[in-house]
Amino acid sequence: MDRRHFLKQSTLASSLFFVPNFIKAFENIATTSLGYKRLVIIQLAGGNDGLNTIIPFNNDIYYRNRPTLAIKKNEVLKATDELGFHSSLLPLKKLYDQGQLTIINNVGYPNPNRSHFRSTDIWQTASNSNQYLQTGWIGRYLDAYGNKPYNALEIDDSLSLVLKGHDMNGIAAKNPLVSFRTSQDPYLKNVLKHHQDEHLSEHNLGYLYKSMIDASSSSKYIFEKYKLGSINQNYPNSEFSGQLKTMAKLIGSRIETKIFFSSMNGFDTHARQPNKHAQLLKEYAECIEAFVLDLKQQGTFDDTLILTFSEFGRRVKQNAGNGTDHGAASNLFIIGNSLKTAGFYNDLASLNDLDANGDLKYTVDFRSVYATILNTWLAVEDETILNRSFSKLDFI
Amino acid sequence: MVLLNMMKQKDIQHLYWRAGFGINARDLNRLKHKSKTEIVNALFHKSSTSTDLELDLSEFKNYTVANFKKDATLREKLNQLSAKKVKDYNKAWIERMMNPNELLREKMTLFWANHFVCLNRIIFFVQNYNNTLRSNALGNFGDFTKAISKQAAMIVYLNTKQNLKEKPNENFSRELLELFTLGVGNYSEMDIKQVARAFTGYNNKPRGDFWFRKQFHDYGLKTIFGHSGYFSGDDVIDIILEQKQCARFICRKIYSFFVNDTIDEERVEELATVFYKDYNIETVMQYLFMSDWFYNEEYIGTKVKSPIELLVGITTSVPLEFEKNIDLLKIQKLLGQILLNPPNVAGWKGGRSWIDNNTIMLRLKLPSILLANGNISTKEKGQFEDHFRRYYSKTNKNKFVEVEVNWESFDKNYTNSSFDELRHQLIVPELSHGAETYLNALSQTSKRDFCVQLMSLPEYQMC
Repeated sequence: MDRRHFLKQSTLASSLFFVPNFIKAFENIATTSLGYKRLVIIQLAGGNDGLNTIIPFNNDIYYRNRPTLAIKKNEVLKATDELGFHSSLLPLKKLYDQGQLTIINNVGYPNPNRSHFRSTDIWQTASNSNQYLQTGWIGRYLDAYGNKPYNALEIDDSLSLVLKGHDMNGIAAKNPLVSFRTSQDPYLKNVLKHHQDEHLSEHNLGYLYKSMIDASSSSKYIFEKYKLGSINQNYPNSEFSGQLKTMAKLIGSRIETKIFFSSMNGFDTHARQPNKHAQLLKEYAECIEAFVLDLKQQGTFDDTLILTFSEFGRRVKQNAGNGTDHGAASNLFIIGNSLKTAGFYNDLASLNDLDANGDLKYTVDFRSVYATILNTWLAVEDETILNRSFSKLDFI
Repeated sequence: MVLLNMMKQKDIQHLYWRAGFGINARDLNRLKHKSKTEIVNALFHKSSTSTDLELDLSEFKNYTVANFKKDATLREKLNQLSAKKVKDYNKAWIERMMNPNELLREKMTLFWANHFVCLNRIIFFVQNYNNTLRSNALGNFGDFTKAISKQAAMIVYLNTKQNLKEKPNENFSRELLELFTLGVGNYSEMDIKQVARAFTGYNNKPRGDFWFRKQFHDYGLKTIFGHSGYFSGDDVIDIILEQKQCARFICRKIYSFFVNDTIDEERVEELATVFYKDYNIETVMQYLFMSDWFYNEEYIGTKVKSPIELLVGITTSVPLEFEKNIDLLKIQKLLGQILLNPPNVAGWKGGRSWIDNNTIMLRLKLPSILLANGNISTKEKGQFEDHFRRYYSKTNKNKFVEVEVNWESFDKNYTNSSFDELRHQLIVPELSHGAETYLNALSQTSKRDFCVQLMSLPEYQMC
C-alpha cells in the first residue's frame, strides 16, 4: 500500500468511527444517488450441469451420452426449436417470456481447469487459467472505484476471494444484527481509540486493526439500513432464500452497495444426480422469482442486474454413478429489465466437437461478460479492473 | 552449560503455540531451565503413543445391514442418530485438544485434517477417519496416504466408490494429485485418467472396512509419470512419492501452518530434502522444531490463530467446559471453522483469510463471551466504578453460551505471575503502542479481569 493511499484510508476510517453523525452524512448522499445501478452475482457452487439446465432436446448426441440422465423431450419447457428449460425452472421460463432473462451459452475460458477451487478462483479473480491472482475482480472494482467496504457485500459468514481487493475488501454479512451488536463493545472501542496508525501496515497485526476499524463502521451502517428494509414476498424456506431476503431488504433500504454476492451450494452432482439436481434448480428458480418480484415491488428491479454463473459445467457423458463429472464451458444467466438481447444470446456449441476430455468448448470468454457489465452497466473502465481488454458483448 | 542451552521464554511459548495450543504459566516456569533438545524431545516422547478418540456407539449394535436396507423409517432414524453422533464427535475432538496427553500428535491431527480434507455423515466412517489421521500423524507419509485412500469416508467423499473399470470417476485421483501430494500444475489430465484407473474397484463395507471389488478393478497396463506397469492404487502412491515435488508440496504446507504464511522457498527446500529421504513425518517435524531459524524473531507472534487454535488456546490458560455442543458448534460456525465440516476438499485457506471485517469482532469478543459472559472491564486507574458495567448488564442479560469456567485453575497456575508477567505469558507478539498505553491506564486489580482484557486485544489473535 502506498503511503498516500494508506493515509487516506486510515484517516477516513478512524474519522468515520468517531464522528457520531457520519450516518446522517451518508443518508444525504444516498438520497441523491437513488438511481444508480447495482449488480447481484450468484454462484451456483459445485459446477452446475448446464446441459440438464438448458436442454438441447432435439440433439441425439445429448441423449446418446446420457441414457439415464437426459431430460426427456416431453418434460422440457421448450423455449426455442432446439433449447428448453428443465421442468424445475418454470419461474425462469416466465422471466424468459417477459424478456427479462438472457442466457449466454458456452461461457468459459481457454485451457479450462476442472478443479472446483481453481476454477472458482479463476472465475472470481478473472485470471487466465495459468495465472494466480490474489485479488478478486469485485475487489479490484473496490480498489479503483469503491469508497467504503460495504460498496460490495457478500451475504455469507465469510468473505470470498471475489470481494477481496488489494487495498480494500468487501464485507461479509450474513446477519447484520449480529455484526452490529458485536461491534459496539465499549472496551474494544477504547482499544481503537488508543490505537495509532503505526501498525496499519502490511503486517498481520496491522491488518487486524484495520479490519477492526472497517468492521465497526461498516456494521453500524449496514445495520441501520437493514432495519429500514422490509420483505414483501413469500420466499421458499431455504438457506439461499435467506440470503436473497437479506439482499432484498438491503436493496430496498437504498443501501450504498453496488455489488452483492452470494452463492448456493450443492451442484457437484457426481452421483445420483436427477432428483438432487431437480431440487436444486427448483430452489434456485423459486427463490429468484420471489426476489425479482420483491425488487419490482420496491421499484429497484430496473436498476438491478442479476448474474448467475457456475465455475464450470459438467461432462457431456454421464458417469457410472448416475451423475456427471466436472466439465468446462456452460451457460450463464443474466436477469434484468434493460436487456438488449433477451432470450438466447447465442447457440449451444456443437456436441460433435468436444474437447479432449469430452467437454463443451467455450465460445464466449467469461471475462467478456464481466467487461460488458463493468463498462455498460456499472459505467467504469473495465480494463482497469480486468487488467486487459476483452471484447464486449451486446446483451445490455 | 545448562545456562547456555536454556531456552528463552518467548521461544518456548512460540514452540508451544505452533506445536500445540499455547502454554500456561505453571508449565512455562517448569520448562524455563531446560534446553531446547530436552523440551523438543519431551514433546515428541509424549506423542510417541496414539490414543484413539472413540465414542460409545453401542446404540447401533442391534441393527443389521439387512434390516437397515429394508426399513426406510429405521434408516432415517439411524441417519439422524449418526448425525447427532458426528456432532458429539466434534465436541469430543475439541475437548481432546483442550486436554491433550499427546499434545503434538493432536496438533498434527488438526493439521492433517486440513490436508486430507474429508466430510462424511456416518459416524463409523468419521471416527475411523479421524483416528487414521491421528495414528498416522507422525508416521510415514506414504503409508498414511495409502491408508487414507482406503478409508470409507474418503471413498464416499471423493466418489472412489463410483470409480469403475468401465466408467472411471476421476474425482479422487484429481484431488490425490492436486491437493494431497503434488499440487496444481505438476501433472497432466492424462495422468489423472491413468491414476483413476489404478483406484478402480475401491469400495467399503457398511461399517467402514475397506472392500476391494476385483471385478471392477482395471488390471490393464498403465503409464504414470513415465512408469509403465500393471499398477495398483498403492503402487501409484509410491510412484507419486518418488517425485521430490511431493515432499516439497507437503513441506510447503507444513511451513505455512507451523512457521509462517509467507513462504520462504529456501526453507521449504531444506525441509523437503529432509522429508524426501524416507517421508518420515516425525523426522521432518523434529528437524523443524530443532532448527535455529524456526525461532527467528520474524516468525514469533506473527501468525493469525485459526478459530480452533484461538478457542483451544484460551482454555490452555483458563480451562472451561461447554455444557451444550450446540454452543460449541455455533462458535465454530461464526468463526468460520467447523471441525468435521470443511468448506470444500481444499479445506480452510488459513492465515490472514481467517480475518475479515466480519469475523474480526466475534474473534475479539470470544474470550469475554466464554469467560465473562461478554463483559470486559473498562475500569481505569483511580476510577471507583466501571462506567460500562451498566452497558454490559443491559445488553448481556442472556447468557451467550453455557460454559463452566475453571477460574480456580487459572488462579493456581498464574499465582506467581505479576500483572506484567501475565501480559507476557498471554500475549506472544509485541504490543502495539496504543494497546500498551491503554493497558497501563486500566486499573490492574483483578488478574481475572486483566486476563480477559489481554485476551480481548487484537494482539491475542496472533501467535
